[in-house]
Formats: sequence, C-alpha cells, structure tokens
Amino acid sequence: MLAQIFAGVIFVSMFVLILTEIVERQVISCGCAVLTIVFVFGIGMHSLTAVWETLNLGSFFRSDFWYVSGSETGGSGGINWETITFIFGMMVMVEGMARVGFFRWLCMKIARLVKYRIIPLFVTFMLLSTLLSMFIDSITVILFLSAVTIELSQLLQFDPVPMILSEIFCANLGGSATMCGDPPNIIIGTSLGYSFTDFLTHTGFIAFLAFLAVLAYFYLTFRKELTEAAAHQVTDHSALPDPESTITDRKGFMISSLIFLGVVVLLVTHSMTGLTVSTIGVVAAVVTLLAAGRHAPGILKKVDYKTLFFFIGLFVVIGGLEQTGILTVMADFIGRISGGSAKLMIAIIIWLSAIASAFVDNIPFATTMIPIIKALSATYGVDLPVLAWTLAMGTDIGGSATPIGASANVVGIATAAREGHIIKWGTYCKKMVPATVIVVVMSMLIIYARYL
Amino acid sequence: MGKQLIISVGREFGSGGHEIAEKLARIYDIPLLDHNLLDEIAEERGLDGERLREFDEKHKTFFGIRTVRGFSSAPEENVSLLQFDYLQKRAAKGDSFVVVGRCSEDVLREYDCMISMFILGDKQNKVERIMELFDMEESMAERFICDKDMKRRRYHNSYCEGKWGDSRNYDISINSSKLGIEGTVAVLKDYIDRRRNV
Repeated sequence: MLAQIFAGVIFVSMFVLILTEIVERQVISCGCAVLTIVFVFGIGMHSLTAVWETLNLGSFFRSDFWYVSGSETGGSGGINWETITFIFGMMVMVEGMARVGFFRWLCMKIARLVKYRIIPLFVTFMLLSTLLSMFIDSITVILFLSAVTIELSQLLQFDPVPMILSEIFCANLGGSATMCGDPPNIIIGTSLGYSFTDFLTHTGFIAFLAFLAVLAYFYLTFRKELTEAAAHQVTDHSALPDPESTITDRKGFMISSLIFLGVVVLLVTHSMTGLTVSTIGVVAAVVTLLAAGRHAPGILKKVDYKTLFFFIGLFVVIGGLEQTGILTVMADFIGRISGGSAKLMIAIIIWLSAIASAFVDNIPFATTMIPIIKALSATYGVDLPVLAWTLAMGTDIGGSATPIGASANVVGIATAAREGHIIKWGTYCKKMVPATVIVVVMSMLIIYARYL
Repeated sequence: MGKQLIISVGREFGSGGHEIAEKLARIYDIPLLDHNLLDEIAEERGLDGERLREFDEKHKTFFGIRTVRGFSSAPEENVSLLQFDYLQKRAAKGDSFVVVGRCSEDVLREYDCMISMFILGDKQNKVERIMELFDMEESMAERFICDKDMKRRRYHNSYCEGKWGDSRNYDISINSSKLGIEGTVAVLKDYIDRRRNV
C-alpha cells in the first residue's frame, strides 16, 4: 500500500511539474525516477528485483532485442531500451540529413515543381508533412517545413499561418500512420511486439482516410485566405532560391538520401527480415556517422539527449506504477465503467487519450496506458491490437487540438511567432479542434466498422 | 555621427526615464527605440504592429505553454525574442540608437559601444509625476507605479540573468529626483562623452 501511495504521488507530481515547466522535463522525469527507485522500490517494496526489472539493462543482451524470429514478442516492462536505441539512431540520421540540406532542398524542390502557386503549394506541403512524418520525427519535419513556408510567404507575399497550421496537423497525422512516426507508436510497437507493417495497415489506413478529410476541411476553412493570396500572388520568382543551392554538401546529400531510403526499406520489411527497430536504429546511426566522417562529432553533439533522458526517467516512473499494481486498478476501473463492452472501451480509450494528449505530453500518457490496455485485453478478452490502434490514434491525433498538445505544434507556432506571425491559443484552437474532433470520430468509427 | 553609440535605458515607472532617453536621442541625433520597435519590425515584414504590441514587454508565463528544444509556444516570449533579435541585428549593422527597456542592457552586452543606465527616482517624486501625467489621485498613482514596476521586473527577470534595477547590471544608475530631468541628462551626457573618449 505504501509503495502504491509513493508511486501514485510521484507520478502525479511528475505530470504537474511537466505541465508547469518550472524545470526542464528530463530533469523532472529523471528526478522522479530516482524518487521511484528510493521510495517505491526501496522503502515501499524492499525489492532489488523490481529495480533490476525496471532498469531492464539485461534487454541489450537478449537476442530478441536485435533480432526476432517469431511474430510477436510483447517486450518486457521497465525502461524500453528498444525505443531509446531506435529514437537515438533516427535522431543521428535526421541530423545527418539536415546537415547536407536535404529537408530544405526537398521543400524548395516541391515548391518549384508546383510553380510556387499558393493552392497547389498548400496541398503539396500538407502531403509532404504527412509523408515525411511517417518516417521522421514531426519536430524536424515542422522545423524545416514551417521555416520554408515563412520564407516563401515573405517572397510571395501571403499569410503563412493557414499553411503552418495545416502542416502541423498533418505532421501529427502522418506520425500516427506508422510505427516510427510518433514516439507513442514506437513505444506501443516495441512494448507489444507490433511491426511497421502492422501499424501501416491499421493506423496507416485510418490516417490515409483522415488525410483526405482534413485536406478538405483545411481547404474549406482557409479557402478565403488562400484564394485571396492566390489572386494577389507575386509572379516574379527570381528572388526565390534555387533548390540545388540549398544543398550544402553534394556528396553527403547523395549518401544521406541513400541512407534514408535504406532505413525506410529496413523499416517496411522488418517484420520479414526479423530485424528489430533497435537494430535498424543502430544501423542508421552507424552508417550516418561513418558517412559523415569529420562531421560525425558535430552530428552527435546535435542529438537531442534531453528527450532520451526524459524517456528513460519516464519509463522508470511508469515502471513504479506497473510494479505496484496501480495500473491494474486503473484498468479494472475502465473495464467496470465500460461494463466489459469493447465498443465502450474503445470510445473511452480514444477520447480519454485524445483529450489528455491535448493538454499533457502524449508520451507519458501512452506509456501509462500500455499496461492498462494489456490488462483490459487479458481480463475482458478484447483484442489487444484493436486497443493498441485505438490508443495510438487517440494519443497521436489528440495532441493536435491545442498549441501545447504535441511537439510539432510548439515548434510550428514558435517558428511562425519568431518571424512576427503570432498564433494565439484562441486562433489555434478555433481551427484545430474541429479537425481533431473530425479525425478522432473518424478513427473511432473506422475501428468499430473494421474490428467489431 | 562618428563612432557607433548605443544607449540602453532601464527605468522605474515615473522616474522620467523615457523622457531622459528622448533627450539623449535628440542630443546625439540618433533614433529612439521604445514601443515603436515593434512597429518598425512590423513595417519591415509587412505585419500587423498592433497584434505584436499586445505582447510587448510581457513576462513569461508558466501555464498553458510548452517548450520543445528551445522553442516556446508562448507569444510573449517569441515577441521578446523577435525584439532582441532585431536589436542585435541593428547593433551588428553598426547602427547607433537609444533603446528604452527591452532587456537591452543584457541583450547588447557584447557591444563595447553600448552604455547602459538605470534611472530610478524617489517615491514621492514619481507619484507626483504620474499624478500630473495621468491626472490621477495619489493612492491610484501609487498603485499604478507599483503595478508597472512589478510588470517590468517580471518581464526583465524572465529573460535576463541579472535582476532588474540591480546596479551591478548597468554602467550607471542614477536617481533622477535629485537633479531633475535636465540635471540628470547633463550628468549622463557628461558620462557618455567621457566613455566615448576613453
């Protein structure tokens, strides 16, 4: 009981502190992780085994960390090193791509292909945001896309805010389509043993239909601004940079493009090859660093270690909840109020995830929910994959609703604001909440129709 | 105008700091940057200055915002960064100017040509000045001063390491109530001239 109280208090305090931003979130999660080890596992449980299980260092030495021969592994609890390793590898690869100018080149190339016309630009940038976010973290995608959008808006004289908002939504939507698109999906996939293809054929299918809906929604919402901008568009494009001039290292660009393509192939085929995402992450990092040569230390320096430490601390705190059985109690509660009905359970999970993710970081939320959906599936016999897709869609899409719901939102808003384009809470929510509701409702209905 | 000169003026509300800054700008024939700074940014980029001014000299909030890899969703923080960036660009271009507030003594610290000052005043003098300027009752003027200074302090301390009004952060701190506006300007002019001749 004492351990449960400690675990609960630490967990709630962590959420509150993350929300207030008094100190950086990795400091909060790692601090709470230390408290969990001391108070929950030490004073509350007197269990060194619980500490060892949560630290999960042994996972590196298990063969299924690197290669799986069966279909489903259902990873262990505690720190999910597979997620950490994969994210680290992808961060290294993305930094390598950014160094050679890949993202800026891609954005500028597409802008030129559509002859810098506003409405085609609006549509193609939404599509680009969705597609890139399927493989690359949404922060990087929005960082480059919003910067290029602002640059184009200054030269072509249009308001970049409608485009940036649409790109943000699509970055979050694209992230929901694959296992590596959004951190909650990586955690769900590695914890429950699902592959890239599993996500693509389930959440990817929903995301595809949702993309068509949000394309129509954002076009109709911003029709006035877009048509006005198109009517007064600057036709002299001589001031616009040549896409080729944005490449800073031609040889490195070719190599980075090949590495990216290789990683996409490895991800798409990993259920067939048996290579785990941790192996793919290590391959991506090693090849990028070898190809970067003397630039390798610079790339390593740019990796977002703060996020990795945030994950590590988070997994320990959630491990405390798991070890003390609090999450089973929460699962029982959801099970009881849904009366064991799969339909109601899905509705609760998707809306709870969406609403919570709109206000708190979706990563700790998804991590907390994984043991809960496992327990729900075991107790009430609801298909675990169905609950997993529900959780993924809820957490990935819900974050779009508010300026603080997802990392991409913050980066997009800040990039725009630093150029003088202020997007206030009200403006943001007015456009994004309806889109979020549309996609969450669509996801719920598709899940009902397809799986129940 | 020969050598580059940047004068950063921090001030207590009611101390006459803004008027002193205006006079110094006139003496050295250089532009004065205050709330018009955002108008300049807006004009340069074709933006709505009114919209930006809503967040001028506002402190960071801790609720309803989020920071990701150094990017913040808070408009007040982004508008502040926009102004800091603009000030740095102007300074780097070699421009001379007087800037009122906007954490300028901290933002432009690396420029040797920057002379920073903080203007304070006796409470009674400040109250009288505000009563006259805004046609206010004494108690109201006192509250107004208190509120304005609190906001300036919170804004400054949100973005700078040094504390607002702490004499260690400025080249010179002066009480304008002792010599009056003209006397204070004369002392400051003398100080600036001596500094420029060093």
